[in-house]
Amino acid sequence: MNPTHVTSTHEPVLRTDTLVKRFGGLLVTDSVSIDVRPGEIHAIIGPNGAGKTTLINQLSGELAADSGQVLFAGQNVTALGIHKRARRGLLRSYQITSIFEGFTVLENTVLAAMGAQEHAFKFWRPMLGRADLVATAREALQVTGLQALADTPAAELAYGQRRQLELAMALAAQPKVLLLDEPMAGMSVQESAGVVELLKRLKGSHTILLIEHDMGAVFALADRITVLVYGQALFSGTPDEIRNNPQVKAVYLGDEEIA
Amino acid sequence: MTLAKPSIWRAGTLVPLLIFAVFILVPVWGQLTDHTFYVAYFARILIYAIAVVALNLALGFGGLVSLGHALFMGLGAYSVALPAFYGIDNGWVHLGFCLASCALAGLITGAISLRTSGIGFIMITLAFAQMGYFLFVSLKQYGGDDGTSIANTSQFFGLNLGGVYEVYVVSLVLLILATWWSARLRVSPFGMVLRGARQNARRVRAVGFPANHYLLVAYVLSAMLCGVAGMLLANLNAFASPSTLSWIISGDLVVMLVLGGLGTVFGPVLGALAFLGLEEILKAFTDHWLAVFGLVIVFIGLLGKAGIAGFLDSFSQRKSTSARTAQTKGAKA
Repeated sequence: MNPTHVTSTHEPVLRTDTLVKRFGGLLVTDSVSIDVRPGEIHAIIGPNGAGKTTLINQLSGELAADSGQVLFAGQNVTALGIHKRARRGLLRSYQITSIFEGFTVLENTVLAAMGAQEHAFKFWRPMLGRADLVATAREALQVTGLQALADTPAAELAYGQRRQLELAMALAAQPKVLLLDEPMAGMSVQESAGVVELLKRLKGSHTILLIEHDMGAVFALADRITVLVYGQALFSGTPDEIRNNPQVKAVYLGDEEIA
Repeated sequence: MTLAKPSIWRAGTLVPLLIFAVFILVPVWGQLTDHTFYVAYFARILIYAIAVVALNLALGFGGLVSLGHALFMGLGAYSVALPAFYGIDNGWVHLGFCLASCALAGLITGAISLRTSGIGFIMITLAFAQMGYFLFVSLKQYGGDDGTSIANTSQFFGLNLGGVYEVYVVSLVLLILATWWSARLRVSPFGMVLRGARQNARRVRAVGFPANHYLLVAYVLSAMLCGVAGMLLANLNAFASPSTLSWIISGDLVVMLVLGGLGTVFGPVLGALAFLGLEEILKAFTDHWLAVFGLVIVFIGLLGKAGIAGFLDSFSQRKSTSARTAQTKGAKA
């Protein structure tokens, strides 16, 4: 079933067209067509094993799709690798924290800021001497509340702080679209609330595709939600439409109380 | 916690600077006492240190475990020996051959090796170096297995690199420049991407850098610098032989780097000095020096990942940590 297509004044900035991915005989992404419009938070929900992370991997370019297309900012990026998509402004964060342990928080963030803008075949001047990149990075640290830890080695960060650094790195790239893979995974209630607040602040100024298990967070943040089940986009709609859709209720939400 | 400010009074900086001071004094002392043998011996240390600085770019910064860097030392050595065989003693020609052959060999072997990682990478680099070894063994007209002595060492503007003092001074200047450059490179955008790739190549790509392109460039630069070391070695010995390309040399370079400190600025110098110095000292005491040498390497290995450089750094870090603890205690009191 295709998701309902709502006409909008905004052209979607990120769109997939009948995306398919197989792992052996397993159909992990089954003709998924979704779109993300500028400034919105589009959440993808679905039970474990629904293929959410696989979908993000194909959007970010880490996995090649077997068929179908990924269109980003009006261009077909299906054939581009992850670093080329990142350079164009399609950035992701990882569900399992992926940072540079041997670098300080600031170095991690400056490297991310640089990666989005330019090449690094520069062999003499120090990276941290680049005032413009450092300013961008510090801004991202400010937004994520890590500014006091700028000079701390990333290896010494607590779990929640690592997740924040992951977000800061994505933000420092000044992305056109952010793909967030469970940004609150494993966080304490308090830390999750912090991230929800942060994403609320980013809403409007940033375009975000969000995968998240925390339903409270999803319904508080998302403009639209797509339900993914067994690799299929079952239904797309506003949080209210999702809440009231009997099919979604039956397949995914069950009797669970929704915030 | 913020890291201690860099200061020349930290052991990690002070000791290497003292070593460089000794390096500068060696030829003076050699002139005064006419001990040319020791000048040549220290020149060998300097040359190996340059090769280890080169290896550090690939292995220390980029995490590329190359067991084939002897290939580039050998190419550098034969870049002197082969033209010299035909009477060409122009050092610029030698250097041109050296840089071009090492860049090409580095590009080809690097591009192929980088398709793998880990053990695969080690095996392929080793295989390429062995191919080079057997290639030069088979070139009978240039001495084959026995190698070839070099009658026409490199001439640069009237400077004959074949002289012990000449090659010493040139090697020392190059080592200082290479060490200085690697200190700059380490924190430059290129160095940060390399070190990032060593820690987490996947993340480097996600950030927007094609990690393998950077690693390949590092590998080629490393090959070229290593070739220059081979060129200096051939001039010092007035001799080039396939043994320069043997995997034992590749292994020695790796041990020197690990000994001195992977990815550190002064590790290559410390490692080359410790390795070749120990070898000479132990040889003077016993014929079974290799057994003792092995034990010493095991001991230094136990010091930790960052080798001698890390050991020296930890000394000053411990001091600054205790100073900080004292401060906080003072503040509480």
